[in-house]
Amino acid sequence: MSDTTAPNPPPLTGPGAGPFSGDGRSNGQAAGPLQFLVRTAHHSPNGTLLGFWLYLMSDCLVFACLFAAYGVLGRRYADGPTGAEVFELPLVALNTSLLLLSSITYGFAMLEMQKRRPRALLGWLAVTGLLGAAFIGVELHEFAGLIHDGAGPWRSAFLSSFFALVGTHGLHVTCGIIWIITMMTQVGKYGLNAANRRRLVCLSMFWHFLDVVWIGVFTFVYLMGVLP
Amino acid sequence: MSAHDTALGDAGAHDHDEDEELPHSTFSGYMTGFVLAVALTALPFWIVMGSVFHRSGVTAAAILLIGAVQIVVHMIYFLHMDGKVQGGWSLLALIFTIVLVAIALSGSIWVMYHLNENMMPGMMQPMHNPP
Repeated sequence: MSDTTAPNPPPLTGPGAGPFSGDGRSNGQAAGPLQFLVRTAHHSPNGTLLGFWLYLMSDCLVFACLFAAYGVLGRRYADGPTGAEVFELPLVALNTSLLLLSSITYGFAMLEMQKRRPRALLGWLAVTGLLGAAFIGVELHEFAGLIHDGAGPWRSAFLSSFFALVGTHGLHVTCGIIWIITMMTQVGKYGLNAANRRRLVCLSMFWHFLDVVWIGVFTFVYLMGVLP
Repeated sequence: MSAHDTALGDAGAHDHDEDEELPHSTFSGYMTGFVLAVALTALPFWIVMGSVFHRSGVTAAAILLIGAVQIVVHMIYFLHMDGKVQGGWSLLALIFTIVLVAIALSGSIWVMYHLNENMMPGMMQPMHNPP
């Protein structure tokens, strides 16, 4: 496409020099079709979100390795308690409901962000953070109960891989709660400026991604763990 | 591509140039996703806690399938994943990650299964023939 017009402006030595000679080509306005090299962005305009998505994908690989470890070791009980003996499904159902609810409340926060209502946004963020904190509370209660019953991570390969996988997810949720508190402070202090909105979208991806990982956890670890 | 550009231009026209890069969420989208997610969460818990199927193999297959469907629902309605986000690069990264995850999971389980079957006969129970 550019080859047909390239002979007209002599300063341009070749079509390959186009993207990197942005400042020096103000005199080359006559070469109309060549403008596509500089006028339109050759990369995605929202690089932050794509970069954060790539981070989440790397996080996904971390969880994949922990899932693989649990898949290999999840039935190595070493004469210790089995999943059917230690898992309390009602507690897990409560936990799952809390995380699922926190996902929709974060969605409401995003809707308030689009409507430019910082107070409502802060309210929904607070609800989301409290639901996340309740999730962590239930999980810590479960862990404490297991350790109290002598079913800590040292007991068997099954429990080691279980604590590693579920504990890593819990650590991520804890970091998400810290991030929510940070964003509440930021929004309260600086309002809904462009940077804060971008951060809130990143946090939304992070929070919903944790919910996706939890689907794998409650399906693969808890529900399949209690099957005979 | 050109349609995408004009859509961005329209968004920037009435909202200054700040929000054009952020995805747009809708209430109906979130509620659709939430209702589907609640149903797809309650179903596997009901299947397992209510002992709906007698064979655990059938139960495992069912809840794994439901879990996969729910992950797709969350991806579409909560993470707003489709082929147009970031010009398709997000979806490409997602597909690449899914391939790596599949290799890691299936490879680990396959290799460890064969190690158990072939290299540690003394520590295992007598070989059980798969039906």
